[in-house]
Amino acid sequence: MEVPRYWRLQKQRYALVGEICPHCQVKIFPPRDVCPECGGEAKQPFSFSGKGTVFSFTTMYDAPKGFEMNTPYTVALVKLEEGPVVTAQLTDLGEQPVEIGMPVEMVTRRIREDEEDKGIIVYGYKFRPVMAGTH
Amino acid sequence: METASEKSESLALKPDRPVGIIGYGAYVPRYRLPATQVARLWSGEGEGDLPVKEKSVAGLDEDVATMSIEAARNALSRAGISPSALRAVWVGSESHPYAVKPTSTIVAEAIGATPYIQAGDWEFACKAGTEALVAAIGLVGSGMGRYALAIGMDIAQGQPGDALEYTAASGGAAYVIGPADESLAVIEATFSYVTDTPDFWRRAHQVYPSHGQRFTGEPAYFKHISNAAQTLMESLGTKPADYRYAVFHQPNTRFPQMVGKRLGFSDEQIKPGLLSPVIGNTYAGAALIGLSAVLDVASPGDCILVTSYGSGAGSDAMHICVTSAIEERRSRAPLTRDYIARRSEIDYATYARYRGKIRMK
Ligand SMILES: [Zn+2]
Repeated sequence: MEVPRYWRLQKQRYALVGEICPHCQVKIFPPRDVCPECGGEAKQPFSFSGKGTVFSFTTMYDAPKGFEMNTPYTVALVKLEEGPVVTAQLTDLGEQPVEIGMPVEMVTRRIREDEEDKGIIVYGYKFRPVMAGTH
Repeated sequence: METASEKSESLALKPDRPVGIIGYGAYVPRYRLPATQVARLWSGEGEGDLPVKEKSVAGLDEDVATMSIEAARNALSRAGISPSALRAVWVGSESHPYAVKPTSTIVAEAIGATPYIQAGDWEFACKAGTEALVAAIGLVGSGMGRYALAIGMDIAQGQPGDALEYTAASGGAAYVIGPADESLAVIEATFSYVTDTPDFWRRAHQVYPSHGQRFTGEPAYFKHISNAAQTLMESLGTKPADYRYAVFHQPNTRFPQMVGKRLGFSDEQIKPGLLSPVIGNTYAGAALIGLSAVLDVASPGDCILVTSYGSGAGSDAMHICVTSAIEERRSRAPLTRDYIARRSEIDYATYARYRGKIRMK
């Protein structure tokens, strides 16, 4: 990924910052400045709670360039509690099996590395099973 | 002429405006490597006198930036302040992900604290975290800013087969410092003791550290911690019995127990903050995550003595007293023990892969 593109996207990637529609209150992720429900302009930033549930998932054994070190890993569609569905890697699974409907929470992790040890480290959101003791 | 007691009175560092901990947050990764796994591989034995029971190991997608972000989010949840109210984000570590490019800017951006902040990375081996904390006390205590975030976090590396491999672990804690009247614990005073001691180092471009065997114990850890803690207590007129808890840097299980005993502290005072047996040595995170474990169980009115140690060498000692705000804020984020209980045991091969000990190219 080229550095300028990474830099522009990093706020939404680091912390699930999307938008809220001022007309109908729909929460939007990723941000697109136009409400998918009512078509109105929606530019007000909104920080998602990061809580959600697994909607569906798949395990990757062959990875695209930059992701090879992490295989095998699980990619899921996560339904956020505020409504939108996002695609993200699951992490910190340990020996825990993934199930549809499993409650997960957002964490910020290393997503990929370019050019081995020389390039930029790309950080972004992933989801992990909700920790015991969180509320 | 100055008397000895006048001299030590002037040695304690106290801010102009009283400051305290507004929020705190721990982080420990999920994976654990039992010390028996290391022993079996290198000495062919499984039992014996091992320095810890097990150590925490970060996953493939974790580093000091990601671990600091989670601890900072926990600290902000407890503080209940907007991240934009922070005027500094400072990260102390000896394992920053980049050689050049601050960890603190990544952390500040992820928590929403940019752009009106100081940001910087601190380095002083295992006391980089408390050094950042003392700086935050200075920034807030001088009135330059209302809130500052100080983090001690490490993803420590021991060379395969080296004694450090049993203990070099991952984890740490974050602290939001602010005015004392908003705090869950008031930081009454600090004191630091520093000398040039060649006990442990890592040169540029080396992956693993080196240590000067005969310098590691008595002239390094014990001398600096004892001087820092003793002088702080003398200057404040306190004695070990005035503290409900004491936390010392914990490179293994035995050193903090021994230094505590020498200073006059009991096992009961030390045990709640002694995490090295179950997570290992988290380097710049060690004293600060010990403190977070104590704050998880402390009651209003309890006083805590915290003393870090960093090779090279120095110690920061702090006198901290808990306020009634602790009760309500404690439950706003996961406790230190919640992270310790979240545990997946791994074997040496998995550990070697997670921590980059196998180079594919
Ligand atoms: Zn709308």
